[in-house]
Amino acid sequence: MATSDTADHGEPTRRDFLYIATGAVTAVGTALVAWPIVDQMNPDAAALALATIEVDIASVTPGMSLTVKWRGKPVFIRNRTPEEIEAAKAVPLSELKDPVARNENVPATANATDANRAAKDKENWLVMVGICTHLGCVPLGQQGDYGGWFCPCHGSQYDTAGRIRKGPAPENLAIPKYAFISDTVLRIG
Amino acid sequence: MDGHSTYQPKSAAARWLESRLPVLGLVHSSFIVYPTPRNLNYWWNFGAILTFMLAAQIVTGIVLAMHYTPEATLALNSTEAIMRDVNYGWLLRYLHSNGASLFFFAVYIHIFRGLYYGSYKEPREVLWILGVIILLLMIATAFMGYVLPWGQMSFWAATVITNLFSAIPLVGRAITTWLWGGFAVDNPTLNRFYSLHYLLPFMIAGVVVLHIWALHVPGNGNPTGVPVKSKQDTVPFHPYYTVKDFFGLVVFLVLFAWVVFWIPNFMGHADNYIPANPLKTPAHIVPEWYFLPFYAILRSIPDKLLGVIALFAAIAVLVFVPWLDTSRVRSATYRPLYRQFFWIFVVVAILLGYLGSQPPEGVYVVLSRICTAYYFIHFLIILPVIGLIERPKPLPASITESVLAKVGTPAAAAAKG
Amino acid sequence: MTRVRLFLALAFAIGAVTPLAAEEAPAAANPTSFPLKEPEPQRWPFAGFFGRYDQAQLQRGFQVYKEVCSNCHSLKLVAFRHLAEEGGPGFTEEQVKALAATYKVPDGPNDAGDMFERPGRPSDHFPSPFPNEQAAAAAYNGAAPPDLSLMAKARAAERGPLLTILDFFTQYQEAGPDYIHALLTGFNETPPPGLKVPDGTYYNPYFLAAPSIAMPPPLTDGQVNYADGSPQTVDQYARDVAAFLMWAAEPHLVARKRVGFEVLIFLLVFGGLMYLTKRKVWSNVAH
Repeated sequence: MATSDTADHGEPTRRDFLYIATGAVTAVGTALVAWPIVDQMNPDAAALALATIEVDIASVTPGMSLTVKWRGKPVFIRNRTPEEIEAAKAVPLSELKDPVARNENVPATANATDANRAAKDKENWLVMVGICTHLGCVPLGQQGDYGGWFCPCHGSQYDTAGRIRKGPAPENLAIPKYAFISDTVLRIG
Repeated sequence: MDGHSTYQPKSAAARWLESRLPVLGLVHSSFIVYPTPRNLNYWWNFGAILTFMLAAQIVTGIVLAMHYTPEATLALNSTEAIMRDVNYGWLLRYLHSNGASLFFFAVYIHIFRGLYYGSYKEPREVLWILGVIILLLMIATAFMGYVLPWGQMSFWAATVITNLFSAIPLVGRAITTWLWGGFAVDNPTLNRFYSLHYLLPFMIAGVVVLHIWALHVPGNGNPTGVPVKSKQDTVPFHPYYTVKDFFGLVVFLVLFAWVVFWIPNFMGHADNYIPANPLKTPAHIVPEWYFLPFYAILRSIPDKLLGVIALFAAIAVLVFVPWLDTSRVRSATYRPLYRQFFWIFVVVAILLGYLGSQPPEGVYVVLSRICTAYYFIHFLIILPVIGLIERPKPLPASITESVLAKVGTPAAAAAKG
Repeated sequence: MTRVRLFLALAFAIGAVTPLAAEEAPAAANPTSFPLKEPEPQRWPFAGFFGRYDQAQLQRGFQVYKEVCSNCHSLKLVAFRHLAEEGGPGFTEEQVKALAATYKVPDGPNDAGDMFERPGRPSDHFPSPFPNEQAAAAAYNGAAPPDLSLMAKARAAERGPLLTILDFFTQYQEAGPDYIHALLTGFNETPPPGLKVPDGTYYNPYFLAAPSIAMPPPLTDGQVNYADGSPQTVDQYARDVAAFLMWAAEPHLVARKRVGFEVLIFLLVFGGLMYLTKRKVWSNVAH
């Protein structure tokens, strides 16, 4: 036992190694125990199962909108009329309050042209999260000065491509990840 | 907490805190330099194990509470959603349900350690009584917790046990109705049990603090029962007992892991996976294993009120053990006659547990009555009489002397320091 | 008396008492304790320390559930998506989606205020054959067929004290599947003389609640076509559906035992280190 007492010259002795190893294993064990306690608060399998939904849009004719619930939030699916499309295309970028597309399906820096807001190759379709980017209310469709959406809470006004034009909202309505898995079925999320 | 600590804060931050709220000094004097008898054996590990289990139950309970719904039509489905969909939900649920069993396993060993080594004797009577209070709170907590999944056993155990209160003369029915919040066990009962099940563990934690405080005033007992006479008799709690407690805890966790990961439904009852049905009673209503001895005592008395009194008396009698035991000698190591009766009592307690699991028919009834009688005879007659008539073995003069006698020649012991 | 003798006395007392109590059992014509026959323990791939589900068996068992049992019994706690989870029957996401779409699932109310039916999605749970408990009971003479989601954990015959103690060490947790298998294959036994079998019930000595059960024998040889060539016998069907129901009741069993193994190894290593540390710390102190 006396040999391990000469530990003062700074070299780790066998005794220290044991203590260091035990300490390290304790730390690892504690982290492994802590993980399930933390992870259980993450969305569970039932919530994740609803992370993606498929929507049948066969009955949504031009000029009609459908609102579905996705991840607890309303999503506006609109089949725009040719007039709405023309109106959206006619707006120069410089007039937009928020020039960024805010579309998960295009690069993050893309401009908010109508092409970058509407569905690719199906420019009549507009899919957006129906939550005002100001403080979270649900805007009302086909109202307001721009023929798009009007938020009754604080007066934000969005155009026919869902872009913020007037009012306190800072950003265009968000466009989630989505894809047409057939001509009549949309997958969101 | 006997006087000022010897703690010297090392850093400026520590000095700042220490002068305002001396927690660091408190931890230092209670768990670092605290002089502990050097001869404690592994039966002394269970206090630390119990503290860990209380913390584990509270942590797993709080995270389970994030997903559980305390409503009669939704409760079982919410526990199943935990088992199936919540990340690691199956693990947290099995840790909590089996943790309760392991908690009682440890507490019974801890209590029997006390009974064997005379840990309840003067000056540790209050320590012992606080322990009985903790046991009572644990029983209430576990009972209410078992009701929460709202299976058949949850519902019917709640019905049987709450019905006990109707045995009280005059006010019994009113008390039972008040407990139920209705005319039978139903949703209101479930909701209030949930609230109290969440509350009581924190009360247990408070009493545990008092329990440890009451221990630290006289200091720990030890296997010889001979009090500490000099500094030589003790070692500082850290690192000697922190390390030993940690080791004992890991061994205990191996047992915990065996149960949780391979036999998680061993301690439970299959009927609790059947949704509660107030119109259909299970063939045999049985409580969880840790209540079986008390259940046997309750059922062995043919009269309803006396049965309830016997049930509560079985726990209440523990409070009086410091005075029922008349022996001047603490530890059964030196009490050859008491030691035999101690082990007979252990056998009777286990037998009572077995009898509690069997239907109250035939030979089981007779045996339950004999064992119940013996249970009370042990405390009320055997303990006082043995202490008076027994001739104890001679005690060592001190802890150090008993350790040296074990270790070998004085020279060899001196070489070890 | 030494401690050892005391414990032997205890074991003897319990062992002696149990048959004594059984002697009190009345004649076979009026039994009061069930089941009349204990289920025979079967070999299950998911039993024991390294147990895990046999995926092919779970798929066959699911087929039996779907083609036979689901006509009367719901499986409400299981969602279609669970079939694609790790440690289960091993369906792919596409297969689950296709399977779900073949089911009609109640939904609503719609904007007109009506309840309606729509094709199932992976996130839906298996729909029940009946709209509610009362409809199920009404269809079957007051005996509603129970939901099967937890059946493999909700049934266990008494094993007696000695076997129970042994079960702790052998890790026996298969009382449910053993029961289900015994029950489903136990319909062709003859009742003892003098036993009255009420009309509308079927004698089955393995039933936990009575001598006869309201469920008619659900399985016959050749009833379900197994694509993998397994025997198409009642015994095989019973075995496979019992295994499937075990998965339905305990879908994370495989993960549980795997994590358990990892935890145990960790604890043994950790325990070894702690023991050496304890020895080292105490090495210079007489105790």
